[in-house]
Amino acid sequence: MAAGTQSAPERSNVAGTQMRDRIIGWLAFAVLVLAAIVWLIPLAWAVDTALKTESDTTTVPVTWIPPSGFTAESFGQILADGNMLRWYFNSFLTSSIITAAVVVLASLAAFGFSRIAFRGRTFLFFVIIAGLIIPPQILIVPLFTEMDALGMVDTYWGIILPQIAAPIAVFIFKQFFDGLPHELEDAARVDGASRFRVYWQIWMPLSRPAIAAVAIFIFVISWRNFLWPFIIVTNTDMMTIPVGIATVQSSYGVRYADIMASAVLAGLPLIIVFLFFQRQIVQGIANTGLKS
Amino acid sequence: MAVQAQAAGKKETTRGRTDLAGYLFVGPFLIVYAAFLIFPALLGLRMSFYNASLVGADAQFLGLANFKELFGDPNFWTSLWHTVLFTLLSTPPLVLLSLALALLANRAIPARWFFRLSFFAPWVLPSSVVALIWVWLYQPGFGLINGYLTAIGLPEIAWLPDERVAMISVVIATVWWTLGFNFVLYLAGLQEIPQELYDASAVDGAGALSQVRWITIPLLTRTTILIVTLQIFASLNVFDQIYIMNTQGGLNYTVTRPIIQYVYEQGFTSYRVGFASAMSYVFFVLVLVVGLAQFAVANRGRGDV
Repeated sequence: MAAGTQSAPERSNVAGTQMRDRIIGWLAFAVLVLAAIVWLIPLAWAVDTALKTESDTTTVPVTWIPPSGFTAESFGQILADGNMLRWYFNSFLTSSIITAAVVVLASLAAFGFSRIAFRGRTFLFFVIIAGLIIPPQILIVPLFTEMDALGMVDTYWGIILPQIAAPIAVFIFKQFFDGLPHELEDAARVDGASRFRVYWQIWMPLSRPAIAAVAIFIFVISWRNFLWPFIIVTNTDMMTIPVGIATVQSSYGVRYADIMASAVLAGLPLIIVFLFFQRQIVQGIANTGLKS
Repeated sequence: MAVQAQAAGKKETTRGRTDLAGYLFVGPFLIVYAAFLIFPALLGLRMSFYNASLVGADAQFLGLANFKELFGDPNFWTSLWHTVLFTLLSTPPLVLLSLALALLANRAIPARWFFRLSFFAPWVLPSSVVALIWVWLYQPGFGLINGYLTAIGLPEIAWLPDERVAMISVVIATVWWTLGFNFVLYLAGLQEIPQELYDASAVDGAGALSQVRWITIPLLTRTTILIVTLQIFASLNVFDQIYIMNTQGGLNYTVTRPIIQYVYEQGFTSYRVGFASAMSYVFFVLVLVVGLAQFAVANRGRGDV
């Protein structure tokens, strides 16, 4: 009897908390949905504008459904213009080479730092970590001077080489290698395998998650890089997509459907990469960030 | 004796072999790294003491003249202030909003992938795409934002030209663009908090709000320190979106031009390479000081816990 009267208010209290949590839960979800919609509107508006005729882009009041209907005219215009395809090619080529080179060079270096006790290892690794604090932005002037002296202005190598020097990739690979068990390597070494074979035939296959994370991350980073390609390239034919659409397209004047079509085309490959590799990109960022 | 010497000699050769193997593995990366990161960093330091220009090769040693001129240059101070202002305005929303959204999205809710997509997708876009989209959104008259403002009876805002709101407009576009990065870091941090803590506190009658207050936020301290650090560095280096909006979108130049843009103009428009290098270095030292201060604060915070 006494126990019953005691537990009743307690239970109603718990029920009250649960009820409150339910309401909070629904409110939280509503806020989240609202935020997601706000976040998607700029993208949706860009696509919407790109699908309008030029005259429908400047109607007042603004409307999502154009009076003269949707059209892919602007996309056709931008692609037929020629520059865009060339820039796609340039971006694809440079980003692919940068990604491949970073994966190979950084994983080799990380293997050395993680697994070989050579003299000067601590010092050299410190030098690489120190590079993480140098913002690339402050190097533009001397780096351009250097590339100019090397005759690499307006060349693919000029775009590519400085972007291969990515200490962050060495760091990610080393973190991953440090976590792999020694036993495998020791056994292989006893069997007479060279260090390179250990790296190539044991370490690399085990490191697929790290390779995927680094490769996708570097590909996205180099594809969306604006500042360096903008500095090193002046010739329209050598521009990457981000540089091309920012400098050339808008000089056509105020043609919003065309501008938005070029923005959508420039962003599309990255959005597609993101949709396919969402997990790796997110994991890559999480791993890099949280473990440093 | 002889055996010992032989053993020592053998040890020495293995030692040498190990060293060689190590250098062969780290060498290729180090060469690229030295050529395109270390070398330009040193070259920039040297150039900052010279009257170097991109066109002429006859550079002349100036001592500290570039630095002296820099500290007396009002454009240097205003552009430095714009960078600092941008950092002060962009860091709080980029940290707090991403935390709030990560907390909301980390619960057992339908379509979690959809929210991750919505908030993170803008981050993969190049700065120029973001700048073009936002210049279009901010247009007077037929721009979407002003269109909605007038539709609900509010006056239009000259988002980009008006000196009172220009920087805020840049901050809004940047928050939209890069929030997803911090959001993902927070989601990863949330995954590392053991579920048992919530279960145990629920048995004790703790509600959702007190769980967030007493479990989630304290356990996210490390993640928050990391995000704040990365965000301050990213914000201090702002250039792309402001430059593109300045040159293509009519963004108010005199109240937004950041320090990196002034470096760019001096180096590549006025061809004053030495002066631009000096400015880069002064800015770099400032970034380092901010970094060290942060490190000290973060370590003290950790000591207290």
